[in-house]
Amino acid sequence: MNEKAPNAGHRHEHDDAADHDHGDGGSELSEMDLRVRALESLLVEKGYVDPQALDILIETYETKVGPHNGARVVAKAWTDPEFKRWLLTDASAAIASLGYTGRQGEHMVALENTPQVHNMVVCTLCSCYPWPVLGLPPVWYKSAPYRSRAVIDPRGVMAEFGVRLPDSVEVRVWDSTAEIRYLVLPERPAQTEGWSEAQLATLVTRDSMIGTGLPATPSDIVQRAS
Amino acid sequence: MTTTPEIRAALPDLPCDDAGPVFKAPWEAQAFAMALALHERGAFNWKEWARELAAVIAELKARGDPDTGEDYYRHWLTALERIATRKGLVTGEVLQARCEQWAQAARETPHGQPIELRR
Repeated sequence: MNEKAPNAGHRHEHDDAADHDHGDGGSELSEMDLRVRALESLLVEKGYVDPQALDILIETYETKVGPHNGARVVAKAWTDPEFKRWLLTDASAAIASLGYTGRQGEHMVALENTPQVHNMVVCTLCSCYPWPVLGLPPVWYKSAPYRSRAVIDPRGVMAEFGVRLPDSVEVRVWDSTAEIRYLVLPERPAQTEGWSEAQLATLVTRDSMIGTGLPATPSDIVQRAS
Repeated sequence: MTTTPEIRAALPDLPCDDAGPVFKAPWEAQAFAMALALHERGAFNWKEWARELAAVIAELKARGDPDTGEDYYRHWLTALERIATRKGLVTGEVLQARCEQWAQAARETPHGQPIELRR
């Protein structure tokens, strides 16, 4: 255990991912999580299922998990300056006002992307990750090599996912604590003037809310449709 | 997924949207994927699976469970545990012991670290 205050969220500069401030408590798994892990670990050990095959299957469905309420939160912040101010000052309350409440004691913080700053969240290992808001984290996202690389070389990791940011943009990498979960508020795509909240929400991807991607653009949507 | 139409035919109540199965929580997707993986290696066919799942749901109904569809994957996991036991892939005792090991591992793992079983 380290000496940091357990309540402080922290920003990684170039420290090691192992320096991970999560307070002193142990972890908890739900009954269903326990049962799934128990069965899965036994089936894997006995060679009845291949863990990589399982990961590939889960990957197929990863965007289908959870309500992805974050897209509505982001779209509202894009259209309603008052809500945006609220979201950036008290994300837990602003998100709860839309009827999305997490577990008790869960504290959400929204990080605003601007032309100068791009935010990226790395801790998705456990219940830190607010999947009811963001959807399931990508399978690759949980791997230790990704985590440490994201901290040391966030631009390199993003480039692998096709996101290239100009050198002038500062990249900030955030790691959750037991008490704080992050939501990235991406920049509103250009050429969406006059779009409704519901239309805008279709542009908000899971990856844009964890900062490993950017929102879709109107032309992406046209391509998707054709 | 090439198997999806087949699954949907065998399991008309599977929670789906236009693009395929949907899940309310990560563990649901894991339970789903495990059944798919076992099926792919021939551990059971979808008819057998549908029977197992229907039996679980019928038992709960008999006990007064309203069966709103909310708990679909809870029933799914119960069916999966049973079919894996019936096929001799695991035993109930080992499964129970393993659950306790995971709970223990979770308690001993500082928050934010990957929870792993100690060997």
